[in-house]
Amino acid sequence: MKILAVETATDACSAALLWGGEIRLRYQVLPRGHTDLVLGMLDELLAEAGIRPPDLDAVAFGRGPGSFTGVRIAAGVAQGAAFGAGLPVVPVSTLAALAQRAYREWGAQRVAAAFDARMQEVYWGCYQLDGQGLMAETLGEQVAAPDQVTPPEGAGWLGAGSGWAVHGALLTRRLEACLSGVTPDLLCSAEDIARLGAAGFEYGRALPPEQAAPVYLRNQVAKKPSRVSGR
Amino acid sequence: MLTLGIETSCDETGVALYDGDRGLLEHRVYSQIATHAEYGGVVPELASRDHVRKTLPLIQELLHGARIARSEIGGVAYTAGPGLVGALLVGAAVGRSLAWSLGVPAVAIHHMEGHLLAPLLEPDPPAFPFVALLVSGGHSQLVEVAGLGRYKLLGDSLDDAAGEAFDKTAKLLGLPYPGGPELARLAEQGDSGRFRFPRPMTDRPGLEFSFSGLKTFALNTLDAVRREEGEISAQSRADIARAFEQAVVETLVIKCRRAVKQARCQRLVLAGGVSANRRLRAAMTEAMQKEGVRTDYPRAEFCTDNGAMIAHAGWLRLKAGERSGLGFGARPRWPLEEMRPPGGSGEW
Ligand SMILES: Nc1ncnc2c1ncn2[C@@H]1O[C@H](COP(=O)(O)OP(=O)(O)OP(=O)(O)O)[C@@H](O)[C@H]1O
Ligand SMILES: [Mg+2]
Repeated sequence: MKILAVETATDACSAALLWGGEIRLRYQVLPRGHTDLVLGMLDELLAEAGIRPPDLDAVAFGRGPGSFTGVRIAAGVAQGAAFGAGLPVVPVSTLAALAQRAYREWGAQRVAAAFDARMQEVYWGCYQLDGQGLMAETLGEQVAAPDQVTPPEGAGWLGAGSGWAVHGALLTRRLEACLSGVTPDLLCSAEDIARLGAAGFEYGRALPPEQAAPVYLRNQVAKKPSRVSGR
Repeated sequence: MLTLGIETSCDETGVALYDGDRGLLEHRVYSQIATHAEYGGVVPELASRDHVRKTLPLIQELLHGARIARSEIGGVAYTAGPGLVGALLVGAAVGRSLAWSLGVPAVAIHHMEGHLLAPLLEPDPPAFPFVALLVSGGHSQLVEVAGLGRYKLLGDSLDDAAGEAFDKTAKLLGLPYPGGPELARLAEQGDSGRFRFPRPMTDRPGLEFSFSGLKTFALNTLDAVRREEGEISAQSRADIARAFEQAVVETLVIKCRRAVKQARCQRLVLAGGVSANRRLRAAMTEAMQKEGVRTDYPRAEFCTDNGAMIAHAGWLRLKAGERSGLGFGARPRWPLEEMRPPGGSGEW
């Protein structure tokens, strides 16, 4: 299986190529530089492997949540790259990918992932290791105030992501005894998008490229003007 | 080279296929008017969200309609600016990545260059050089066009663009967004003799535009009529619309007459959304005829934002050897004067 993965929803821009169980990665932390970097990364990865886009099986992408623009860049790149090569896409949750990275790097088996969502809210999701070594969602993803997030059940949860950097105190109070530690600086990586994407591809969760849609979680983004009556 | 053009700078998703031999093969525009109407104007985040849903399906529909396989695409052009940054980035990401994946060249296009060259999509297109009047939602400019990428700004807007003035005045008249075409429709029922609006900046030399005063004048006129009539009648609103439109049209005609004289040019081109205005087209053509100047404008659907003008401008630049790098940054503010004739690598 050959999966190309792209992730631009957080401050790190990254791309990965999974091929025969091995993953090659390009990863750079450069806020707002994603558009300059991402295609070059994909290009390098394929050149290094000596393959072309049509040789791939699918394009996986970080479908959010995260920066609205960043999530759209990932979706747009996945759409263009996949459509041009006649490939399907596999959307992967950025929160799940963060949890997967926490497992990969920290050995965490239970992860409470939080991205700072600004406006005093976090994007929130809790993930637990399954039998295949993959992080699986335990409750639905949400955008909520840090003192309103749904806490996970049981103990031994590692808090991960920028949400913990910005709202660590409130989140810690909310989770109380569930929490075993916190790693607030962890960023999402395409390496985990590739791994989760490959699993998604195997489970039949690939979609035609035009269905590569962002998941923003925050959907209330504009206020309608209140109607002035009888003028 | 069969060129796919993608336009997502504001609230229209536009795609088109243009080819040197066959001309314009097919084009599609998806308008987001319904999305933004209830907000009374374009909401940038909603525009971006709509673009990322619509761009690829529209490209697929386009290819299907033209019976073109994606492997036949020889190059991709996308609008890189000016416009709403989030909206631009969608077209840029999809377009640039598609070109990369197909292994074909890509080129980043200036939205106003697209508008400017849109009259060249018509049969018997005007030859360079010409003077262009760019009148759209964000611009009122007079440009001397010597060739592709050779633009000299003759006059610019000091405040509201012509389209913006139409839209704001339409809002004052209680018309739904986007107001320009609505105002023009209402003006059809208006009496041109009842009110007289000023012709801003025509009493002194120069090619600058200033339309924000017209909106204030409309507001004051409305207040005066309200005092007189109590409730403002439909006829009064139409009369105001007519007087406003007349003032904009005449002002533009006066400035264009000056511009073609100054540039010693026999050709004038109208482009941008406001150039869809029927009275403007008629008045300009008539006035220019008297000066011995030929007037060209795009068909109405290519006055406002569309993919055809981007495919066309892109084809011209690709044909001349211009290539964009793998980076696809957007330039929300990008002065037209910074444009250059086609170059090798358009990376910035
Ligand atoms: N028939 C018409 N009469 C007057 N104005 C019109 C007419 N049709 C469209 N317009 C105006 O044209 C503008 C839209 O044109 P266009 O799509 O070229 O602008 P834009 O893309 O929003 O701005 P820009 O191209 O400067 O970035 C709007 O302001 C609209 O009201
Ligand atoms: Mg425009």
